[in-house]
Amino acid sequence: MSLITIDPRKAAPFPEAAAEILRDTQLRKNVAHATDVIQYKRAAVVAEKDDWQALRDAGATIRKEALQHLDSYLEQFEQQFTRAGGHVHWAADAEEAQRIVLGLLREVQATEIIKIKSMTTAEIDLNRNLAENGIRAYETDLAELILQLGAELPSHLIAPALHKNRQQVRELFAREMHLPNLTDDPPALAEAARLYLREKFLKVKSGVCGANFLVADTGSVCIVESEGNGRMCLTLPDTLIAIAGIEKVIPRFSNLEVLLQTLPRSATGERMNPYSSLWTGVTPGDGPRNLHVVLLDNGRSEILADTTSRQTLQCIRCGACQNACPVYRQTGGHAYGAVYGGPIGAILTPQLFHMEHAQSLPYASSLCGACYEVCPVKINIPEVLVYLRSKVVDQNRGKLASVFNQERVAMKMMARILLSRERFETAQRIARVLEKPLVGKDGWIHWLPGLAGRWTAARDLEALPTQTFREWWKERGNA
Amino acid sequence: MSREVVLHRVRSALAGSKAEDLPATSAYRRTGILTAEQKLHMLEDRLGEYGARVFRASEQDLRERIALALIEGKKLRMVHPSGLPEAWLDGRISWTADSNGGGEELSLARIESFDGVLTAATVAVAESGSIVLQHGAAEGRRALTLLPDYHLCVLFEHQLVETLAECFERLKGSATRPTTFISGPSATADIEMTRIKGVHGPRFLDVILVAP
Ligand code: SF4
Repeated sequence: MSLITIDPRKAAPFPEAAAEILRDTQLRKNVAHATDVIQYKRAAVVAEKDDWQALRDAGATIRKEALQHLDSYLEQFEQQFTRAGGHVHWAADAEEAQRIVLGLLREVQATEIIKIKSMTTAEIDLNRNLAENGIRAYETDLAELILQLGAELPSHLIAPALHKNRQQVRELFAREMHLPNLTDDPPALAEAARLYLREKFLKVKSGVCGANFLVADTGSVCIVESEGNGRMCLTLPDTLIAIAGIEKVIPRFSNLEVLLQTLPRSATGERMNPYSSLWTGVTPGDGPRNLHVVLLDNGRSEILADTTSRQTLQCIRCGACQNACPVYRQTGGHAYGAVYGGPIGAILTPQLFHMEHAQSLPYASSLCGACYEVCPVKINIPEVLVYLRSKVVDQNRGKLASVFNQERVAMKMMARILLSRERFETAQRIARVLEKPLVGKDGWIHWLPGLAGRWTAARDLEALPTQTFREWWKERGNA
Repeated sequence: MSREVVLHRVRSALAGSKAEDLPATSAYRRTGILTAEQKLHMLEDRLGEYGARVFRASEQDLRERIALALIEGKKLRMVHPSGLPEAWLDGRISWTADSNGGGEELSLARIESFDGVLTAATVAVAESGSIVLQHGAAEGRRALTLLPDYHLCVLFEHQLVETLAECFERLKGSATRPTTFISGPSATADIEMTRIKGVHGPRFLDVILVAP
């Protein structure tokens, strides 16, 4: 049975899922290729901005300010959006959000909806819930369409089908859209999607989307996209429901002058994405008349309460940390067993699940810091990872024989040894004796027992030198 | 009520900590430094990279320039918002006005059936290669610039700013109008992260820059 799922309650620990995925060489090639392309493009458009660091600082300040006064900004957004003829709903958890959306769609007797790509709706598993209640959701973003037709799971924040290459997409479209003569030329694939969805755009009367930003002072919703499927979904239907995490709010309209520079450059390596749309309630004669925003908590307020990990909520979902991460670049998103993969997923997922699930994710990192360096809102992901590791250890204290427990004992012993010179020197001598049976002819250790065996499972360890620097120094009569 | 539940949770989450002093957000470049001509060049360049075509015209030959672009491209059946200046509409092209909310509106299928749409714009940004529509009388409701496969947009030099900050300064007074930033024709990077032109929005975008 495959270990791959995006439900953190059922997912295998990261090392097991990763081990399975690493056997899929085609997937690894696709992920490496796509992340290479995008990193290269990003570097070029970032390098031409000599105020890039100032923009990152500004982005961080905007997002921090929003979170520090989240309650007032949410209320301000609600007030403004409502005054403009829209409706705002609040959902404490995923189930409530599903219920609200279903209720709104039933009110207008919807049996199908068109959707703009939204990680938040994936987080609350909306499509499945709607399907169980007789409402069919059509994903209209090209990547989401690929996933939906292939019954596949998303693997990236921005390009959720980046684990598929053009030949694989061609095969899928040819089969599902009955186009035996389709070529694998990307423009031909895009054209196929255009024709396939056009009729839906013109006919389906209800749309569901996420939101990139909610602007508090004007009450506007902002969607950033490329294909125009977003514009279709937010313009043509009569009813439009946007589902947004409560952290998506920004204080001011003018904040977009920063975020609309850093988001496209970080996300797709473009100076600007083809389309960004803003709407503020209902505009007579233009677009949906029945407008809703669902504000979703689902664990976010708990993250907000912790001042170390609060920065997790600054995220604007650009995916740059995923592209930069040496671990993600090997495994892709599926190994993370959640909707949110890569470094941001490694800190967000366990917290959304109260640290009870996805406990292995904070360890799925070498702490190299590449994610922090590219993050357009300066989330210190390594800092949060280390902090969450300690939380995982705390959470598991008392559960005997857990690996985290062994690690804790080891760390305690290490601390005692490092605190005293004598103990340290004795430990070195003892280690030299103990390691003897393990050292191979080549001077390397290939196998270690117990918890330490995790190190040698993937790497070799060099044997200790026969003499330490201090011993050599002493021998020269320098002590 | 979940409204109270969520707000209460948020307030208690924040109650435990003091608001951190945040650095000012203004150190990035807000004001442009380019001359008018350099700005036009930059916009041309950036839009060109996205796959849009840019033409220049003076106010006097604007009508002719519009007609030429359409005739060359065989876009002979055009739709336009009702607030567009009559003077732009050359008789060699067949023109249909959308009613802009008042009176009888064109159906979506009807809008889609035209060869293209001609509109004005609100602002344009040189640095990001964007034109911004706020869907007023000369820009039309949003569906109008979305369904036809071709969009021809007329832009005046005084509407062009260099930076995004300058753009938001100009939009301030009309921030709550529906607003669309358009930076090139519809595209996707979803297959192998390569920008491919043309998915759902107009696949062809031409811009006419009107400068003396
Ligand atoms: S954590 Fe930063 S880099 Fe990663 S997706 Fe969020 S904003 Fe982008």
